[in-house]
Amino acid sequence: MSVIENEAPVRDTGEVVLSLTGINKRFGAVQALTDVELTVLAGEVVALVGDNGAGKSTLVKTIAGVYQPDAGVIEFAGAPVTVAGPAGAQQLGIATVFQDLALCDNLDVVANLFLGKEHHLGPVLNEVTMEREAWRLLRSLSAKIPSVRIPVAGLSGGQRQTVAIARSLVGSPKVVLLDEPTAALGVAQTAEVLNLVERLRNQGLAVIMVSHNMADVQAVSDRIVVLRLGRNAAEFRTEEATTDQLVAAITGASDNVVAQRAARRAAHPEASQ
Amino acid sequence: MTDQLTDPPTPAVDAADERLVRVVSPADYLRQLGGRLRGGDLGMLPVIFGLVAICAFFYSREPTFLSSRSLVTMTLYAAPLGVIALGIVLVLLLGEIDLSVGTVSGFTSATTAVMFVSHGQSLALSILVAIALGALIGGGYAVLFVWVGVPSFVFTLAGLLAFEGALYWVLGDQGTINLPRDSGLPEFTRQKFLSDAQGYALVAVVVAVYVGSRLWAIRQKRAAGLTPPNLLGVVIKAAALAIGLGWLTYYLGIDRGWGYLPVLFAGLVVLMDLLLRRTRWGRYVYAVGGNEEAARRAGIRVGMVYGSVFVLCSTFAALGGVLVAGQLTTVSQSSGTTDTNLTAIAAAVIGGTSLFGGRGSAYSALLGILVLQAIRTGLNLMNVDSDVRLIVTGAVLLLAVAIDSVARRARSSSGRG
Ligand SMILES: Nc1ncnc2c1ncn2[C@@H]1O[C@H](COP(=O)(O)OP(=O)(O)OP(=O)(O)O)[C@@H](O)[C@H]1O
Ligand SMILES: [Mg+2]
Repeated sequence: MSVIENEAPVRDTGEVVLSLTGINKRFGAVQALTDVELTVLAGEVVALVGDNGAGKSTLVKTIAGVYQPDAGVIEFAGAPVTVAGPAGAQQLGIATVFQDLALCDNLDVVANLFLGKEHHLGPVLNEVTMEREAWRLLRSLSAKIPSVRIPVAGLSGGQRQTVAIARSLVGSPKVVLLDEPTAALGVAQTAEVLNLVERLRNQGLAVIMVSHNMADVQAVSDRIVVLRLGRNAAEFRTEEATTDQLVAAITGASDNVVAQRAARRAAHPEASQ
Repeated sequence: MTDQLTDPPTPAVDAADERLVRVVSPADYLRQLGGRLRGGDLGMLPVIFGLVAICAFFYSREPTFLSSRSLVTMTLYAAPLGVIALGIVLVLLLGEIDLSVGTVSGFTSATTAVMFVSHGQSLALSILVAIALGALIGGGYAVLFVWVGVPSFVFTLAGLLAFEGALYWVLGDQGTINLPRDSGLPEFTRQKFLSDAQGYALVAVVVAVYVGSRLWAIRQKRAAGLTPPNLLGVVIKAAALAIGLGWLTYYLGIDRGWGYLPVLFAGLVVLMDLLLRRTRWGRYVYAVGGNEEAARRAGIRVGMVYGSVFVLCSTFAALGGVLVAGQLTTVSQSSGTTDTNLTAIAAAVIGGTSLFGGRGSAYSALLGILVLQAIRTGLNLMNVDSDVRLIVTGAVLLLAVAIDSVARRARSSSGRG
């Protein structure tokens, strides 16, 4: 029996693909990120959660090369790197689905999917192979898109999001960043994206997923990193975290779970017996 | 297994969605066209319609308007400004503007004239220097835009003034320089015409290349399991192309035929169209014009795209200026300063290139300049003064921009971006 067909996935965990330490980012008067740390292993899904404005998207964009951190070290596969720009991140193998999707409304689906990574024969675009590959990617996501030759502006919000997700799969990324990938999706498509995350993990990719949906986070992630007001607030192994603990860490009802439990014990000593 | 044979034929992967409106019969095609128009996806239809209306109007007033002689003259006069408008199309596709193409064309053509006439340099060198100067000016604009971050409106306005000054400076106290009529440039722009045989041969080559490329596309798509373009449609379009161009060649041939100049212009239009639609560079131009931030995040070197377009625009302006000089056989202090600028910009917009970026085609330079030249020629034939011509041109430009704006609104409400 081939290992691939076995239900138990081949995982290449343990090897650190991406690690960030002491990341600071400031926008004018707003300190969006303060000494943020984050590590992702190969074959691991890390969920990044936090309230609105916690700095999740800023962190994602910093990894994707859109923003340069004011301070901090980004290590990729063990070596410190400077992600000079989005092209640099792509060369490292970092693919990103941005929260605002970053699609060109005037271009069709195929052009958007392959933007910056076009197939070409000499100087000429190879539209046929791109179109065929586009259908393959979209079908693998159960996309409900009638035609790949219509401008993206003519798609529904969820269809646009599917296009953005499909775009992150073009090429062979090592790290996939998903900033609220399921926010606009229907039930079937959400399930499909969660399946996709699972598949990416099984292929040994590192996945960072931002989401506000605790059920989704708990369904697919291995680890949950909580950001609050631009700082690391807490970190859980997914199987050990309860929804209540997560919510408490996100909202800052207490500074961390340990303190919260301690406080509860102190208030009701009989409850812990 | 045989059950595959009993299955209904699976549709091509791109035609599987049942909501997709299938286009099979000509009626389907017309219905789809109607839907596109209502949705604000006008493309070049308004300008084609406008051109026909303008020609019909002037023809009814003055039948010589559509005489072979008049049409040949129109193609000759339209071409140099069309070359300048082609550069404007590129800049508009990025959602930027170049207000200085007129004075850049004047300044560079004056350089050619001074080098060639006053300093006795060879014509080829004089023209090359002018074109290189145009590229250099565009390079300067690119630096200002990409590195310094000055809005294009501002630095090209500065260029508009500065290069008018440079024109005076280059001309010195001569004021006007006449190019000898028997030198190469005036000959090329005024007296060189394709023979009838050459004209028909060119038409045949164009049609053959068109048919060949479509058949190739059909084969490729079929091999990839995608819906191929409709063969009947290809045949109809090829026939229309052959008959249209063939008839035009015949009709222009009654007088002098196709000038070298309009053929050069048409060649540049086709070349730019291919570059825009079929290469990565062209794809990036549309991407940056549509959503600059998305293009940047896709890893496109946005600065290079802006830079290349500003360089091309100024280069086309220089080339157009040289061609105008050859056509008028003279360069003076008024070269490129009067209405060259606005004619070129108006042509691009009238031809259907959006001022909002990301939409348009190289062909809009061709169609737009034809509209403006038709108006100019028609009003001349009717002995109307240039004041009326300016007012009419202004009105047509306003109409074109209004159509663009209305279409943009229709697009955003019907989901065509
Ligand atoms: N380009 C920018 N310029 C100025 N401030 C910014 C910019 N981007 C983000 N910020 C600020 O940084 C902080 C973090 O924003 P960020 O977008 O990272 O939040 P988020 O965690 O993704 O929130 P949400 O859940 O709403 O997406 C916010 O206070 C925001 O105002
Ligand atoms: Mg966000």
